Amino acid sequence: MPVQGVKPKIAPPTLWICEHCDTVYHRRELACGEVARCARCDAILARHHSIGVRGMLALVLTAMIAFVQANIWPIVTLGLNGQMISTTLWGCIVMMWREHTQVVAVIVACTLFFVPIGKMLLLGWVLLYARTGRRAPGFRLAMVTLYRIGPWTMSEVFVLGTLVAIVKANMYFDVIPDAGIFAYGVLMLIITAFSSIDVRRLWDLTEERPA
Amino acid sequence: MSTLPRASELGLIGCHVCGLVCRDIRAPDAACPRCGSALHRRKSASYSKTWALLIAAFLVYLPANLLPITRTVSLGDVDDNTILTGVVELWVKGSPYLAVIVFTASIVVPVLKFFALGLLLISSRRRSQWAQRQRAKLFRLVEFIGYWSMLDVFVVALLTALVQFGFFSQVEPLPGVVFFGLTVVITMLASMSFDPRLIWDGREFDD
Ligand SMILES: [Zn+2]
Ligand SMILES: [Zn+2]
Repeated sequence: MPVQGVKPKIAPPTLWICEHCDTVYHRRELACGEVARCARCDAILARHHSIGVRGMLALVLTAMIAFVQANIWPIVTLGLNGQMISTTLWGCIVMMWREHTQVVAVIVACTLFFVPIGKMLLLGWVLLYARTGRRAPGFRLAMVTLYRIGPWTMSEVFVLGTLVAIVKANMYFDVIPDAGIFAYGVLMLIITAFSSIDVRRLWDLTEERPA
Repeated sequence: MSTLPRASELGLIGCHVCGLVCRDIRAPDAACPRCGSALHRRKSASYSKTWALLIAAFLVYLPANLLPITRTVSLGDVDDNTILTGVVELWVKGSPYLAVIVFTASIVVPVLKFFALGLLLISSRRRSQWAQRQRAKLFRLVEFIGYWSMLDVFVVALLTALVQFGFFSQVEPLPGVVFFGLTVVITMLASMSFDPRLIWDGREFDD
């Protein structure tokens, strides 16, 4: 969270510092598809940005649509002697809560619902303004929050988990994958596309303007 | 290697949160002028925090593996499964490929995390210059694959919600899955509190 303290001077914006080993480099323009790596520890310093702000916004909006679908539609349907049971993500969360594993219910709700939705809304909000190089109201808080909650989304893992659950249930029941899991699949592709984008470059792409 | 200047040698400091490069004024309460986050040259108390979280994770990892994670009731038959017996069942009756994936996510990844973080903590504390590049890569691998361990937790949640045929068949979660979910969360917190720059801090660096 933002703290108040002594504000040091900003160094000239011509430098990169490797986050993994603190080595300092001079910035340089990257050619299309080029990835700059740290000579000391081999971590990625920067990538060429092939997707602009508008492209990112389009990805976030598509992800939102896929996310709504993924949560509305059942994920899997199970059949036994003509009896059919299907479930959504929230079905799983409610069930885990009722079965006295509330901790798991909270983990599932956070990593598959609240954090992803928070991330998409915050990103959508800052990108909406960033299209014209502006900083959205609350830009600073939104960007800090995005950084903090970043590692806590697990939709990709859930897709694989569904596959395992389908195979396990298939030993005893008729299993029908439903629309929800395909929406999750789309979401997974978008997340993969997004994983190479460092949203922190929005700090450089936007500037504070007096309202 | 020595030709590559490090931020501390140049009197610079990079903001973790927004990436801004600032002059290091060496004040304990320095804050990033751009995003307002606290500026640290290294994550604060990285060794003690990571050790504490790693030990806590190991303590919950034991019951996570020893206690059953699911109970399957089928026509009155009760069958409790731990993570390992679940993998074996999947291997025998379902798909060996998926069994390998589940085994990797649930057993190999957490164990790798314990060993890797332990190794990184000990070697970095001793300011060892052994295999620094490989150790840096090991840390990034641990960070990258860590959250995939949540796989089995999601499988249990799905099966619990789906297999609800009353007397005929029913799946219930058991306490093992709670411990397992906590293991994954705590190991993630442990790897986040480790500062990979410590790998490169040689003997001249005192903090
Ligand atoms: Zn580096
Ligand atoms: Zn900052």
